[in-house]
Amino acid sequence: MNNFLLFPIIIPFFFAMILMFGRNNIAYQRITTLFGLVLSIICAAGLVSKVYEDGPQIVTFGNWPVPFGITMVSDMVSALLVLTTLILALFIVWYGFASIGKEREKFFYYSGIMFILTGVNGAFTTGDIFNLFVFFEVLLMSSYLLIVLGGEKAQLRESIKYILVNVISSALFVITVAYLYSVVGTLNMADISLKIAEIDQPGILTVIAVLFLLVFGMKAAIFPIYFWLPSAYSAPPIPVLALFGALLTKVGVYSITRTYTLFFTHDLSFTHELLLILSILTIVAGCIGALAHFDVKQIIIYNIVIAVGVILFGVAQMNEAGLEGAVLYLIHDMIIKAALFMLIGIVIYVTGTTNLRKMGGLMKTYPALGWFYLIAAFGLVGVPPLSGFIGKLLIVRGGFEAANTWTTILVLASSIIVLLSAMRIFIYAFWGEQGQLSSKVQKNKYNRLFIPTALLVVLSIFYGIGTEWLMPFMGDAAKVLVDPSIYTNAVMKGGN
Amino acid sequence: MEIVMAFVCGFLFMAAIYLILSRSLLRIIIGTGLLSHGAHLLILTMGSFKGSAPPVLSDGVTDFVDPLPQALILTAIVISFGVTAFILVLAYRAYHELKTDDMTLMKGSEDNE
Repeated sequence: MNNFLLFPIIIPFFFAMILMFGRNNIAYQRITTLFGLVLSIICAAGLVSKVYEDGPQIVTFGNWPVPFGITMVSDMVSALLVLTTLILALFIVWYGFASIGKEREKFFYYSGIMFILTGVNGAFTTGDIFNLFVFFEVLLMSSYLLIVLGGEKAQLRESIKYILVNVISSALFVITVAYLYSVVGTLNMADISLKIAEIDQPGILTVIAVLFLLVFGMKAAIFPIYFWLPSAYSAPPIPVLALFGALLTKVGVYSITRTYTLFFTHDLSFTHELLLILSILTIVAGCIGALAHFDVKQIIIYNIVIAVGVILFGVAQMNEAGLEGAVLYLIHDMIIKAALFMLIGIVIYVTGTTNLRKMGGLMKTYPALGWFYLIAAFGLVGVPPLSGFIGKLLIVRGGFEAANTWTTILVLASSIIVLLSAMRIFIYAFWGEQGQLSSKVQKNKYNRLFIPTALLVVLSIFYGIGTEWLMPFMGDAAKVLVDPSIYTNAVMKGGN
Repeated sequence: MEIVMAFVCGFLFMAAIYLILSRSLLRIIIGTGLLSHGAHLLILTMGSFKGSAPPVLSDGVTDFVDPLPQALILTAIVISFGVTAFILVLAYRAYHELKTDDMTLMKGSEDNE
């Protein structure tokens, strides 16, 4: 029993409510948001060290005995993801000060961000499958607000499609939970894990596993249900795009990881084989998209799809190396995608276009931007010692250990495509003849955009170099995923 | 009873999918409403219809209804109510800005507006 783990959920929620008042006072809005985020980060960091020392932390609401009350569980995976989420939100909010615009700031932009953090952190922390649905809805509702905020034509058009896709997948989620409840008769995730092992009904459970893959896959943008992502994500402004790109698909990936390691371990040859095939197809589809586009936003958006595929490939191996790599790569990808979107935002700001063909020669005018973009791009690809390397190395090792030789080689080959797509932006935008430059660039605003971005890239470098120091945490996280009994024992014991 | 409910759910899903696949935005929204109704009835059915007494624990009552599906439905109804309200306002606003409620005319990206 430890209420501490609720702070990273409750603090953003509380601040979101405070931020609803005094919406015209922008200074108040900004300072309150920053204060709330810093406070949540301190709590989340405390939570990580607490989980590291004492193992998974459990709270059951209303002091009910365990399978009956709603349980919140913070193990190493969720604690690390919560901390990463909050740190990224801080950088994105900081970046947004210069670029989001006063109009959006006055109309509940910061409340929306705080509510989305409530939903994301809640989804990472909850130990109850229906509560997961509720937190998904919390984060989706705030994402609807953020995607449509501003009311531009493109935003309205794309947000309708985005909402429809998510309404349908939410209905599917409810249906899937209903099926699962009728089979196992419980909603507590640890209890479900134990009950699934007891009752011997592999057929219906495999159906439920595939349904869950469909539901979470729609959020995570896996093949073939990633179609909504590129157009929906290109509509909102850059800070919102960075927030969505870094966090929302990763909640889906986390949910797949959680359900596929905790629940559906009864028929690995079908469920995880399916996950493996879909992850490979996701990588291929993402690669095609990333190479096909000349719009910088679209190139990075398709790189989200590739990364989702790589992470799920690691999960599908179901061995310690693969899962450890998946967790490492998940956090790496959250950081690097936020950094890349922020860099792309600056490129769009200084050139005034998203079309690569019109850009060029930025290396002469903005050398620092060029170098930081190059570092971030190498980090995305996984050039050692930058942040993507160790994660991908472990995922690949997991793949070879599980004897999936050919698919692993395909994952390795996808790195080259990622390199090509990221370098294409570098070559077109930074090299060559001087291309289009926006006449409205203010040095002051450029600096205010550049500083948080540069710091985030530096953070990603440290994530790569300091992997050795982070390894104990990642090892803990992988252990929970490999051996669900750590999770279930902690939950079943913690409620008494 | 379960069979009847299965048919009712199936009919609701069928109608919902038919409406969602139509062009008009308003019909699509009604379709999502029917979809969530179908999902809620499915939860009720999945909780099974056994038990006769209300789920209030008192002495002597052993044959009570499972209260959990009802709690789930209540939560899901509130959420789908909120989402439907939001999407209706959004559809109205989009109709004003885009001057159409036809989904086939809402294609395109920044370049070909």
